[in-house]
Amino acid sequence: MKLLEVKNLIKHFPVKNHKGQVVHAVDDVSFHINEGETLGLVGESGCGKSTCARTIIRIYDPTGGEIIFDGQNLATLSQRELKPIRKNMQMIFQDPYTSLNGRMTVRDIIAEPLIAHKIGNSQKERHEMVAQMLKQVGLNTEHGTRYAHEFSGGQRQRIGIARALILKPKLVICDEPISALDVSIQAQIINLLTEFQQKEKLTYLFIAHDLSVVEYISDHVGVMYLGKLVELSESKELYKNPLHPYTQGLLASIPALDIHAGKITDKAEMSGDLPSPISLPSGCRFCGRCPYAKKICAEAEPPMKEAAPGHMVACYLYS
Amino acid sequence: MSKALLQIENLKTSFYTQNGEVQAVRGINLELRAGEALGIVGESGSGKSVMSMSVLRLLPDNAKIKEGKISFNGKVISVLSKKEIRVIRGKDIAMVFQDPMSSLNPLISVGEQVAEMIRIHYPKTGKTEMRSRVLELFHLVKIPEPEKRYKNLPHEFSGGMRQRVMIALALACKPDILIADEPTTALDVTIQAQILKLLANLQKELGMSILFITHDLGVVMQLCSRAIVMYGGMKMEEGSMEDLFLHSRHPYTMGLIRSIPKIGQDKSVPLQPILGSPPDMLNPPAGCPFAPRCPYARKICASQVPPYTAIKNHHFSACWLVTEDAPATNNPFAQSSTTA
Ligand SMILES: Nc1ncnc2c1ncn2[C@@H]1O[C@H](COP(=O)(O)OP(=O)(O)OP(=O)(O)O)[C@@H](O)[C@H]1O
Ligand SMILES: Nc1ncnc2c1ncn2[C@@H]1O[C@H](COP(=O)(O)OP(=O)(O)OP(=O)(O)O)[C@@H](O)[C@H]1O
Ligand SMILES: [Mg+2]
Ligand SMILES: [Mg+2]
Repeated sequence: MKLLEVKNLIKHFPVKNHKGQVVHAVDDVSFHINEGETLGLVGESGCGKSTCARTIIRIYDPTGGEIIFDGQNLATLSQRELKPIRKNMQMIFQDPYTSLNGRMTVRDIIAEPLIAHKIGNSQKERHEMVAQMLKQVGLNTEHGTRYAHEFSGGQRQRIGIARALILKPKLVICDEPISALDVSIQAQIINLLTEFQQKEKLTYLFIAHDLSVVEYISDHVGVMYLGKLVELSESKELYKNPLHPYTQGLLASIPALDIHAGKITDKAEMSGDLPSPISLPSGCRFCGRCPYAKKICAEAEPPMKEAAPGHMVACYLYS
Repeated sequence: MSKALLQIENLKTSFYTQNGEVQAVRGINLELRAGEALGIVGESGSGKSVMSMSVLRLLPDNAKIKEGKISFNGKVISVLSKKEIRVIRGKDIAMVFQDPMSSLNPLISVGEQVAEMIRIHYPKTGKTEMRSRVLELFHLVKIPEPEKRYKNLPHEFSGGMRQRVMIALALACKPDILIADEPTTALDVTIQAQILKLLANLQKELGMSILFITHDLGVVMQLCSRAIVMYGGMKMEEGSMEDLFLHSRHPYTMGLIRSIPKIGQDKSVPLQPILGSPPDMLNPPAGCPFAPRCPYARKICASQVPPYTAIKNHHFSACWLVTEDAPATNNPFAQSSTTA
């Protein structure tokens, strides 16, 4: 069953001091996530992953498109109408250092969403719920009385997870939840997230730039390039059989942890930089860096098509 | 084996803060040979940057090199004054940092900044020669259309292009050693691959030695032939890529490799994380810094720093489990040590 369906989502930002110009942060993106599953979103810096996530939970108002969550279109709801729905969609952020209020105790940080949504009849009951939650993320009740700055990065991310999950949401959006953590801590947090998913039947939208982590955690993966979704498929299939030239280049660029993968000097590299999301090229946005570009690629944007069963790609090589 | 170009012996560097002494580097030995790319791998706070900044004396005022000897080309440079070391910096040993924006002057064109670097060390260079040398460097680091880009300010470049400018700046005086401190960490993977390839080619073509600092094991594997694994201000293991990835003799290295998901890994099996968190260098553990997190730790590990033991040629490990009188039980290295 689809828990979230995004249809033709658009988010443009106005450019300061340049009237009429916009940043095409998210442009006509469509996907869905089934209940209990994880959709991974990858792509280079600035391609619109965070904007996509923030528009879905309506931190930003969409420029266009529909956000169907649990059968209801959130795109047109007012902030007041959204409040009860917010309980069911929570977000975990990249930076455990800045996303937690330094002047509040950990217990108050985690209890805050309970108070906001009027859950729990007394402070005692809420503290009991927080204690339960702390235990589940691998901390103890005593930790609750301390301040966030007294914790390590990995512990702070556990606090962030506890805060996001205490409302028992259906959808959790994880925006680079492990990028700021030490290598030796990352696996702890990934395991915690997958454990919770199995236990609570959670649905994740998981954003990360580490492609091997995304493969491990996701059922489906979407690849974004300059505001566009260029490829979408089952995770295993995408990594085994990447179709879009951008996805192919991206996967080839991963510094693989494989002694037989060869040295960097033997590898083909993807040339060029990302173009500006303000003045976009007319056709395919990847055209300028694409080794296979044809005449048509510079003329019109390729539509998303099913190139193999369940494997969508926006590229003229497959039409 | 070619001789050491840079040698660090028993380096100890600390910071003196209001909370006490932060023991950032606690006795590091290292040899960088001519023409090699040596990787320094370690997680945040393990002392990688402090070690490299100690070499070029780029430390802040509250830091002090407590002990140790650093030699370049056989000459002891750790006894030189800050002024004397400035002659070496840039000309013999150059450095590239993670964040190019903080080391570039935002108000001066990229071409002029590179020219200025050449001028410091070779003040007599004429105007036209200077310009052609800068353009040559831009060409070398593959900045497209160097003539047009010469007058650009740093903010008019993308992150990857800025890092190319930084590398051009570092190469300006043809140094023998390039210390690259996480030069690609802030970049996207496709841009990272471009920069790594550039560095690898420069190393080959110019015969330059590279000390490459990173927390990413995969990056080291692609670029370096040899690496040192650091933790808690100390060396844990050192060896060739094969030694470290296929025949590791240290629980920390093994744990790191095991905890990172690999493409194609079975999703139904949980990852195997390293439990606990890195040490606080204000109060580092008395024995092996990894002991509090090590699944094989014994009593001695907590109280005494393990000796740096040779496993075989150029493969070393600082772990009590590889010493002669190590126990046979709960020891992952006990039987396999002869089959490696
Ligand atoms: N609040 C904003 N106002 C104006 N432009 C914005 C805003 N937020 C994002 N953008 C722009 O929208 C584009 C997409 O940004 P976004 O943060 O969504 O990318 P991302 O894929 O999350 O990148 P990263 O991997 O760096 O986090 C970028 O060009 C960015 O500069
Ligand atoms: N200016 C400073 N004052 C006090 N302590 C410092 C300072 N700079 C670094 N340290 C401490 O020295 C230790 C080593 O830091 P260093 O920057 O060398 O780590 P690193 O291995 O380079 O980590 P990263 O991967 O995060 O760059 C850490 O414990 C750090 O907190
Ligand atoms: Mg983002
Ligand atoms: Mg550092």
